[in-house]
Amino acid sequence: MELVKLFNAFPGAISQGLVWGLMAIGVYITYRILDVADLTVDGSMATGGAVAAVMITSGIDPWVAVLCAFLVGLLAGLMTGLFHTAMGIPAILSGILTQLALYSINLRIMGGKANTAVNVSKYHVLITSRNVRALSLENPICLLLVLTAVLILALHFFFGTEYGCALRATGANQNMARAQGINTRFGTVVGLMLSNGIVSFSGAMLTQYQGFADVQMARGAIVIGLAAVIIGEVVFGKLFRSFWGKLICVSLGAVIYYLVMQIVLWLGLNTNDLKMLTALVVAVFLAVPYWKGLAVQKKIRKRGV
Amino acid sequence: MLDINQIVKTFNPGTITEKVALSGADLHLQEGDFVTIIGGNGAGKSTLLNAVAGVFSVDRGSIMIDGNDVTNLPEYRRATFLGRVFQDPMTGTAATMTIEENMALAMRRGEHRSPFRWGISSKEKKMYRDELARLGLGLEDRMSARVGLLSGGQRQALTLLMATLKKPKLLLLDEHTAALDPKTAAKVLHLTRDLVRDHHLTALMVTHNMKDALQYGNRIVMMHEGKVIVDVNRETKSMLRVEDLLAMFEHTSGAALDNDRMLLG
Repeated sequence: MELVKLFNAFPGAISQGLVWGLMAIGVYITYRILDVADLTVDGSMATGGAVAAVMITSGIDPWVAVLCAFLVGLLAGLMTGLFHTAMGIPAILSGILTQLALYSINLRIMGGKANTAVNVSKYHVLITSRNVRALSLENPICLLLVLTAVLILALHFFFGTEYGCALRATGANQNMARAQGINTRFGTVVGLMLSNGIVSFSGAMLTQYQGFADVQMARGAIVIGLAAVIIGEVVFGKLFRSFWGKLICVSLGAVIYYLVMQIVLWLGLNTNDLKMLTALVVAVFLAVPYWKGLAVQKKIRKRGV
Repeated sequence: MLDINQIVKTFNPGTITEKVALSGADLHLQEGDFVTIIGGNGAGKSTLLNAVAGVFSVDRGSIMIDGNDVTNLPEYRRATFLGRVFQDPMTGTAATMTIEENMALAMRRGEHRSPFRWGISSKEKKMYRDELARLGLGLEDRMSARVGLLSGGQRQALTLLMATLKKPKLLLLDEHTAALDPKTAAKVLHLTRDLVRDHHLTALMVTHNMKDALQYGNRIVMMHEGKVIVDVNRETKSMLRVEDLLAMFEHTSGAALDNDRMLLG
């Protein structure tokens, strides 16, 4: 087999992994910190992409477009948060409802079209897959590394503040948080907003990277996000104890995910089967703590304690 | 300090699981009172504490803490006035956060939590170390360890310390030693007594141990079917024995005291 072909694909896989790493950091906030599985992200990532595509193709500065994508993502999170806290709908279902609603909203944003192309030669974009093998600062990997570092540092500081600690307590133990005077419902909404803001921002970056926004571009995004979180924890978890370190793990997890996907494709897997493979891999990793628990129980029973 | 006025609470009204948990409970505490609450199964002891804490809203009646009507305040806002320790040692602390982080959260109970101020300062860490040292559990050397690594007794002692770190108007103890082994339970009770004494706290303690109810605090309250039926003050309490308590209960309620976890000790 042609190893060169594989190595040629690595820079692309790394860039893509870094973009999805930003997204996975958003997932980490809900899944690990708030202890909520938020399915809004399948919609909000595409929303970020749509907002960025429409704004950039109308000649607006890409930085402004990315900022707007972040803000619109906050609103998507707010919608899920209100479904959950003000209407008492379970978190998973709230996310699914918002995700469905966002499908229509995303089509509206793109003027009724299912996709919007962002021609790199015509518009100014922050990153593009064209420069993926460029040996210059134009290479998308450079900016993505900077953005990842800035995001991780910002979150590290935020979750170290008084309010950030209150949010972590909300996810760790709601009863304790309320007994300490923390408004857990408001906190859950804030966490969902922040998470979806980041996810939407990553969608805006993905649109620029791939040169188009598509209403389907984030289908199954939650699974890729979870895969990145779990792979990061399993592979690098022992190396990092600090909060920022854990976020680095998440980003690295996404990069590994795309490298592995690149390898299985190179080995001859049909592209259409990728999502199934991802789902199965994530299912197995999610089962690990459960299986570990069963094994421990068995040991105890054998010993007769 | 605390005025519970004729509160009524029915769970699942209009269904087959309908349960009148509180049926006009009335209780008034002076500043510095340390009241122990005993009663049979389903007498409404824990429900009374949860009503004060705001875990649910009551159907009728009112609750005042230090002159503030808290009847309609949500749980997290009542926390300003309350220190709470729960029966389950897992409930009072955040397992995935460190000891010092848990204490910093407790230190800011009832205060605005800013997204721009650091969650814990080195100055307060020093203070937490001193506070932990008085527990005598060696926790002062493990301040950056996750609380999930501690034993039930250690977690309960920490929760107690957290509940009093910022002086509460009222300390609520809901069978906080029930899940501990006897030796640890005694330790935590001694700590409770010392903290209440040193900080001049007003406290409400539910217990299923008659001896503890007699030994600790200055008042005993008995509950039956969602009401306070006996209220014994300091003078009488010091002369009581467990048998007297039982007789008193049977006389007033017309029923035997049935509590399958009751320890007559």
